[in-house]
This record gives sequence, structure tokens and C-alpha cells, in this order.
Amino acid sequence: MKFTLSWLKEHLDTDATLVQVRDTLTMLGLEVECITNPAETLKGFIVGYVVEAVQHPNADRLRVCKVDTGTGILQVVCGAPNARTGMKGIFAPTGSYIPGTGITLKASKIRGEESNGMLCSARELQLGDDHSGIIDLPAETVTGQSAAEALGLDDAVIEIKVTPNRGDCLGVHGIARDLAAAGLGTLKPVKMDRIAGSYASPIKWTHGYEAAPDSPCPIVVGRHFRGVKNGPSPDWLQRRLKAIGLRPISALVDITNLVTFDLNRPLHVFDAAKLSGDLVMRQAREGEQILALDGKTYTLDPAVSVIADAKGVHGIGGIMGGEDTGVQEGTTEVFLEVAYFTPIRVAATGRKLGIQSDARYRFERGIDPQSVEWGTDVATRLILDLCGGECSEITRSGVMPAWQRRYELRTDRVKNLTGIEVSAADTASILTKLGFGIEGSGPWTASVPSWRPDIVGEADLVEEVTRVFGFDNIPTTSLPSLSATSRPVRDALQRRTPQARRALAARGMNEAVTWSFLPLKKAERFGGGGADVRLLNSIDATLDTMRPSILPNLIDAASRNEARGLADPALFEVGPQYKDATPQGQRTVAAGIRHHMAVPRNWAGPARPVDAFDAKADALAVLSAIGAPDTLSSQPGAPNWYHPGRSGALKLGDRVMAYFGELHPEIVAAADLKGPVAAFEVFLDAPPLPKAKATKARPKLVLSAFQPLERDFAFLVDAGVEAEKLVRAARNADKVMITAARVFDLYAGKGVPEGKKSLAIAVTLQPVERTLTDAEIEAVSDKIVAAVAKATGAVLRG
Amino acid sequence: MDDLSTIRSEALDAVQAAADLGALEAARVAALGKKGSVTGLMKTLGGLAPEQRKEFGARVNQLKGEIEAALEARKGSLSASALEARLASEKIDVSLPVRPEGQGTLHPIGQVMDEIGAIFGEMGFTWADGPDIEDDWHNFTALNIPPDHPARQMQDTFYLPSRADGTPMVLRTHTSPVQARTMLNKDVQKRLADGGSLRIIVPGRTFRIDSDATHTPMFHQVEGLVIDRTTHMGHLKGCLVDFCRAFFEVDDLPLRFRPSYFPFTEPSAEVDIGCSWKGGELKIGAGDSWLEILGSGMVHPNVIANCGLDPAVYQGFAFGMGIDRIAMLKYGIPDLRAFFDADLRWLRHYGFSALEAVK
Repeated sequence: MKFTLSWLKEHLDTDATLVQVRDTLTMLGLEVECITNPAETLKGFIVGYVVEAVQHPNADRLRVCKVDTGTGILQVVCGAPNARTGMKGIFAPTGSYIPGTGITLKASKIRGEESNGMLCSARELQLGDDHSGIIDLPAETVTGQSAAEALGLDDAVIEIKVTPNRGDCLGVHGIARDLAAAGLGTLKPVKMDRIAGSYASPIKWTHGYEAAPDSPCPIVVGRHFRGVKNGPSPDWLQRRLKAIGLRPISALVDITNLVTFDLNRPLHVFDAAKLSGDLVMRQAREGEQILALDGKTYTLDPAVSVIADAKGVHGIGGIMGGEDTGVQEGTTEVFLEVAYFTPIRVAATGRKLGIQSDARYRFERGIDPQSVEWGTDVATRLILDLCGGECSEITRSGVMPAWQRRYELRTDRVKNLTGIEVSAADTASILTKLGFGIEGSGPWTASVPSWRPDIVGEADLVEEVTRVFGFDNIPTTSLPSLSATSRPVRDALQRRTPQARRALAARGMNEAVTWSFLPLKKAERFGGGGADVRLLNSIDATLDTMRPSILPNLIDAASRNEARGLADPALFEVGPQYKDATPQGQRTVAAGIRHHMAVPRNWAGPARPVDAFDAKADALAVLSAIGAPDTLSSQPGAPNWYHPGRSGALKLGDRVMAYFGELHPEIVAAADLKGPVAAFEVFLDAPPLPKAKATKARPKLVLSAFQPLERDFAFLVDAGVEAEKLVRAARNADKVMITAARVFDLYAGKGVPEGKKSLAIAVTLQPVERTLTDAEIEAVSDKIVAAVAKATGAVLRG
Repeated sequence: MDDLSTIRSEALDAVQAAADLGALEAARVAALGKKGSVTGLMKTLGGLAPEQRKEFGARVNQLKGEIEAALEARKGSLSASALEARLASEKIDVSLPVRPEGQGTLHPIGQVMDEIGAIFGEMGFTWADGPDIEDDWHNFTALNIPPDHPARQMQDTFYLPSRADGTPMVLRTHTSPVQARTMLNKDVQKRLADGGSLRIIVPGRTFRIDSDATHTPMFHQVEGLVIDRTTHMGHLKGCLVDFCRAFFEVDDLPLRFRPSYFPFTEPSAEVDIGCSWKGGELKIGAGDSWLEILGSGMVHPNVIANCGLDPAVYQGFAFGMGIDRIAMLKYGIPDLRAFFDADLRWLRHYGFSALEAVK
């Protein structure tokens, strides 16, 4: 919403400075977005008096002028056809920057005649389109006066952001009312006297449906004018509209724009001569069309409110009038429409037809229903004053929507809700100045003015009082402490996110954050893409489905990095994935990929490509960091985006904690990546949460006084037997004495029969009561060999 | 006699001449070995008269002792130089790089979430979550944004297919639906009924149809909600003043509360922090400009009622703040879109170490 300082002062009697106005507006909730003053671009331009204008001796189209600038006489060569002796115009001295041409003036000789400066056209000053001649100022203009002053342009333009609840501030009068309530002056009343009609309106308002308070248009008022003259509007009106970026068109159209921006009262005027019979407020018929004032043709349906006559549709209710019945220069008969349209209906229609207009913007926020009456009066006065003619009696149709509401404001409510002490007198005064009817002296009953549809309860009254009294008065009170000790902000499950993030970053991976959505094709390849997780209105097809896995986004990120020449990306993300649209379908997952080399070329040893065990290590690191038990088993069975032979699941019993492995070569190729990609996905909610305990004390640590010893065993076993199975059998052969068992060698090839492998393990024995004898060690060894043989069919290698 | 002195000088010369431990051992054997020259002298003692034997024996023993001492001394000096030579040969180029290891980093969003959590944790808040895919009741209706309210046009929303029961589904446009989910929780309602206080923060992903230089279709917000019987706007101000000063690490950071409008709060306030733009560089702190950083207000009575609580009894405040935005402000990160691009150069430059402490 834009307006000028002088326009504001039409409604507000104040001697406040621009800075005070700016700061007060912002602190009232009418945030000032910017203030500009066109006078700044006209600095240095002055009123010049053309003492003499004579024909240029060497050029037919040029004149040589002697210009009085108030401080001296200068010679200027001028090409304007209207330059003449005795006129006053805008003079730009040498050195001026001409905004319309982008040229800085220099003293020069034009066809042999000296020229010191320039007399300017409206277009050269960017004040309009006129370039037919130089600006011709009234004779009484003072020579030497600044151009901005002479043109009435020394007027700051203020632009404020109006929140959707404050439709009443989409008119300058409403803004002035807020400022007056805040103590920045006195609100001037709007002159709205009823002018009696001198004849019966030949056009009547009617409704095509039974008008009710919640009808698309509950009430409409209007009247007929005859004998009007629709020329250009007066300067003051044109200036006002231009200042806020509107183009003056004709007096009648300019009046409707003025009332819209001045009083938040959109109007429409029809050329009455082009109407056939009475006007009706009705719903459009299927397929009806209208050529609107924006030059576009809209096809309507019964959800759209229209204004129509016997022949057809001439306006879209609350949004835009029709081109065919619009007023023109020759218009002499006018019919005025002053209607109230219901916000919800206007918003729906505007959205559906995709039309933005100043009328829609105001109606959908809710205007003053009573303005159908006073708006008619204000418009009548302006039309008669600016266009002459006479007006008919008023015609109206429909019922006034109920706008009267009263709410109680408890005496202590402002203090209890905001912490601010506002005296009873101030409370009543603020509400009164905002237009509320006030009864009582605390508690109060406040009657809401018709222009404030946003006030619907006591909390709104509290806001009105506090914002006008000043948010600066809100005390700064720290929250009282809830307990003597502070508890962790996150619970045990939530803490797994930072634990996983820190574990992976500590392993040299870079954390990324990627979109929650991806293309449908990728979702489908990763087991997702169900209809319930496809966006109905995605920005584009690359972001149209909720991701069933984080991996596709990380793979894309790896491709982008490789394309930028950044080698060996190791990326992870801890975030949501979506199986379906239910809250339970969303899980927090720590996923990561390592591409190409796990160890790059280096002087100290060989390079090594990534493989499934890098991913397994990452997954185990996350599981360990989030407190998963160490009794996990690794088994084949990762989903089909992994390499079927080089991937697996980490499980606790039957529950999957994580997947890991090399990505399926098909996916790697599709991503244009060369070489293997190791990937993992850890489900942070999968490991059971530890039971809440009364204390943080850990179980007692029991240490043996005897040195542990390690024995090595090399087994020959079928190639398909999983190492984990063999190790577990060895580990469980004696649960007291054996504390660890690990694989230290794997061999197949020469010396090992086809279909077999040699798996060597080291078993740690921990004596408990005394040092072991050779016989005891021998006995445990035999148990290990027997247990492994039983579980896997392995034999000790000779 | 001559014999003795010859043997002596030969033996001692050999010891001195030994260039390494092997030669020294040869010198020892030549003098003191079974067939050594000194051992040979010892063997001659038996053939001497007792008088002579005693006197000669003493001299031979002395010689033996002398040679042994020389051997010991020489051995010491040879070991030292052998070690020296070994150390000299074992020199490495310490300027070589270490074996390659990745330098991991944490994303600024997670880092800032941790910082936010730490500060509000101190104030007694706990962390709450909710789903990214929401039904429109939790995202809009519960928050006093009825169907067709103009506020729904303030945020352009991603829609998903409606549920079987016809409920429209959306990607949450703010973290505020978790307000409703939390207040509706029976345990929370019981705690409030017992005179307790509800204080939560809700950091998380949010979505709006918006994609240009300064907007991304996904971004992050943190919601705050306090509900009890007495919390007022002064507490809102105190809480946010305390937070902003702690987060931006500026003790005297000025804050400005401006009236504004949100359907789910009444009264509503937008909050600005002080800053200056000297030399085109943003400095957060007391200055001549203001920077809007969050929206807030007292929870609307309709929201409290929609969540099954009595607005005549309970009141409190809520706020919502852009996590990406405050991360950009605090850490001087210029471009929002880059947050989600996963460019390794960006991640390494703006990222944090795995062990970065959260105050």
C-alpha cells in the first residue's frame, strides 16, 4: 500500500515529521517498507522564464531562447515547438542529469548558437509520456523556484506492508486513524453528505438470487448520472495517482481509483448508455464470457458472481468490470456500482480466474459493509464536482450483512496477557480513537466498528490496546526456571541424530542436507513412489515424489561433485525417508555413500577402492554411537538397490538395524559414476532404547590377574560358509574361558581345494583363577575345533 | 720382560685399532682367548720358581686387567658410534604428508539445531517432533486458519493426495502443527492440569512452493511453544532476548518487537535484531538498522481450544524462526540454495568439525 505524506495529511491533522510517521507506522504493525521522494531526482531543476524566444538563424526547427533563472539570464537553444516568449518552464542548468534521457548536460554550441542548459519535457523528467513539447507552467509560477516545488512533487511516497487482517488500512483514511490513535495527530472526518437525486434512476439494482447476509453480494447500491463530461481529471488528482504508480485515465476512472485508495472503497462506473435495462447481481451461467478491463476474455461458470443486464455479463463481482460497458471520453451517462462482496467468494473467484486487481485485494480482506451507503455519497460528490451533470435517486438491492459485534474486555486481561500496565483511561481512549464504542470503565464492553471485520474476540481487543499503547512497553521477563537441574533437551531417541552425525563426520565423511523429494522414477527404483507420496503440485518433475531413501539424493550429489572435479566424495545425511504418507511411514535414517577410492594414491602405500566393508564399518560406527548392542549379525538380504552379492543387513534377531554394501552396478552406471560406490542406511529408531534406570551407575568391572593368551586356528571350510557363523561357533565353544575370536586370514586358491576356503581365526583365552596348564589349553582347543566342525563342517587345516 | 711389554703393546694396539665390534672381539681372542698371547703367558707361570712366579704372575694379571679395561672402553665407544651411524641412516623426510584420511564435516543446519537445542534446553524446553507429511487439520485448521482464509494464500502449499476419508494432505508449511500435536497429547494435558508447564522447541523441515535466489522449496524452522496459566508476552520477550543474545553471542544485542499478524497468535509480534551495515558488511549488534528474524505471539485462544485445552485457564506464547536464515546470519553464509547442493567445497568451507563443541 502506497501513499504520500501530503495525502496522509488530508486525513490527519499533524505536525509530525516524516521520521515520526515512519517509526509510528512500523510500531503500529503497519511496517514501512520504503520511503522515496521524487524531489530527489529533480534537485537543481528550477522554474525558468523565457524572456525571449526567436528563430534559430541556421535551423528551421530550433529556437534560441533567453531564459531568466532568477539569478541571471542564459541563452538556451530549444527544439520544442511550443517554446515561446513569456512562457515558464522547467529549466535544467548545465551539469544536470536528465533522468529521461540519461544524459548529463554540458554547455555547447548548437549550429553556431551557444546553449547553456535545457528546457525540459515531461518525458525527459520521467513525469509522464508527453514529449510533444516542453512543460508549460502557469504564468503565476515563481521564476527560480525549485522544480519539485513548482510541480507539487516534493512529497514523500510511503510504502507500507499491510497484513491480511488490516484491510481497513488499504485506504489512507484508515492509516490516518491508526496514527491518530497512537497520538500522532487528529483524524479529520471524511465529508460524506447525502445528495438528493433529481430524477428516478432509469437503471435499477436487482438480485438474481435471494440476497442474504452470506450471499456472494449481500447488498449493492448505485445511482444514475446524466449530463456528465468525462475529460482528464484535475492536476491534484492526477498527481496523487501518479505518485503511487497509477496511470490517470479519465476523471470518472480516476475517481474510482481515488476512492479505492483513499477510503478502501472500490467502485465501478458503467457507461449507462451501453447498458440494456436493469442490472442484476447473479451467478454466471455455464460458459458465459466476458471481455474484462484487462483486455482478456474469461469464460465463467456458476461459481462466479457477475453483474449483468438483459444482454449479458458486464462485470466479475468484486474483481473487475467489463470492457464493453466501461466509461470513455465521450461518456455522458453513468451508472455507479457500490457493492459489498463476501471475502471468501471473491478470493475463490479471483484464484480460479487468476485475476489480481485492487478491488479483489480489498474485497477479499473485507471492506466496511456500511461503505455501500457512504461510498455512494462520496463518489456522487466527486462525480458532480469533477464531471458536472446531475444525479438520480439512489437504487439499492439486498440486505446489509450483520457487522455489529460486542466483546467484553476484562480489566486485568491486558496485563495478564502482555505484562503491560495500561491505565483504564488509556485503554478506553485507545479503543475509542480506533472507532470502538466503549461501555464501562473496566471491565469494558467494546462494540466493533463496521470496518474492522478482523476483531473477533477479547484477544483482538488486547492486541489493539497494546499495539497502540506501544510494544516497546512490554517488559523483558526471563522465563522462570522449572527445576534446579537442567535436563537434556533431547530424549534418548532424538539424541541418536547428533550421535550418528558426529560419528560419521569423525570417520571423515561430509554431512549433506538434501531435498525430501526426488523424481518419481528414482523413488520407484528405491522401493517407493506410491500414489500417496506423490506431490499434486510439485515445482517440477525432478522434485515430485517423497523420497523412500536418502541414497538417490546422495548419489546425485556425488555425481555433481565428480562433475566439478572433486574426487572420492564421502557424503552422508541424517534425515527423514518416507514409506507412505502416515506419520509412522516417516523414519529417521543415517545414510551415506563413499565413491571410488577409500584410500587414494599416496606415497606410503597402495591405493584401495571402496568396498562393502567400508560401508559396513560406517554402519557399525553409527550403530555403536547410538548405543546398539554388539550382538548384531550380518546377513545377506539388502534391498535391490544394492549389489546382490556384495551387500547385507545388520540385524538384531530378526530386526533390521541397517543395510550396507556396494550399490547395484546398474544404479552406479545410471548416475554416470565410474567405479564402485559403497553405501549404507542405518535406521536410527531400530535399535531398542535402553531401559530407564534409577541410577547412571555401571556394572562392576571384574579384571583377571592372569595374562590372556591367544591361539590361532586355520580351518578349511566350504566357500559358502559365512565367517561370522564360524567365529560364533568358536567363540561359544567355552563361554567362560574364551573372551574373543576374530578372523585374521582368508585364503582360497593354490593349496586349497576347489569350492573351499581357508579361514584363520585367533581365539583369546582368559584364565580366571590361575594360569592355564598345557593340558587345559589343549582341551579348550579341542572344544573349539569340535564346535566349529559341528556348526560349519570345517576341518582344521593340516 | 721384553716379551711381556711386546705382548702388552701388541694387544693394546689391536684393541685401539679395532674398527668395529667384530675386530674388537678378534683382538680380545688374540690376547685373552684360549690361545691368546696373555693366556700363553699365564700358562708359562707353572714352570717358574715360586719367587719369580709370584712376581711375574702379578705382572701378568695386571696386564690382563689393563687389556680388559681397554676392551671395555673400546667397546663402549664402538657401540655409541654404531648407534650414531644407525640413527644417521634412519633419517626420514618429516615434511612428507600423513597417510590420507578424510576430513569429515557437519552441516551448518545440524550444528545450528544443536546450538538452538542447547540454549533452549537451559531454559527448560524439550525437543518435540512431528511428521513432515501432515493432514490439513493439524497444519491449518487447528491453528485457526480455516478453509478459504486469506492466510492460506500467504503460504503456497505442496499438496499430496487426500486420505481415504477425504482429509487433504500437505507437506507441512511450518513446524506449528507440532504445537497442536503436543497440546493434544494426553500426558501433556495431565501435566498441565496438575499445574505443570509445557515448554517445547520443534526444529525441523518445512516446505513451501517457492524457488528463487532467496527461497527454496524446503527449508528449516524451529517452533517454540510455552503453555501454562501465567506466561505472558513479557516472558516471550525475555525468552527471545535471552535466546538471541546467547545464539548470536552478543551480550547487549537489541531486539525490537513489532505488532504483526499471524492467524495462530493474538497479539502477534515480529521480532527484529539490531545490526549495522558498515562498509556493506553485516554486523549483528547495536547499530542503525534492524533485521527481521522471527514471528511470535501469544497463542490464539482458538488454537488452545482446538487442541482440547480451556483458553480461559491456559495461555502461553509461540514463535517460529528460520534455522537456515539464522545460520546464514551468524556464520556469514551468503546463499541459501547452496545449503542443499552438497558441493564438497561448500561443505568443507562452511561445515563444522565432528567434535565442534556446542556451548
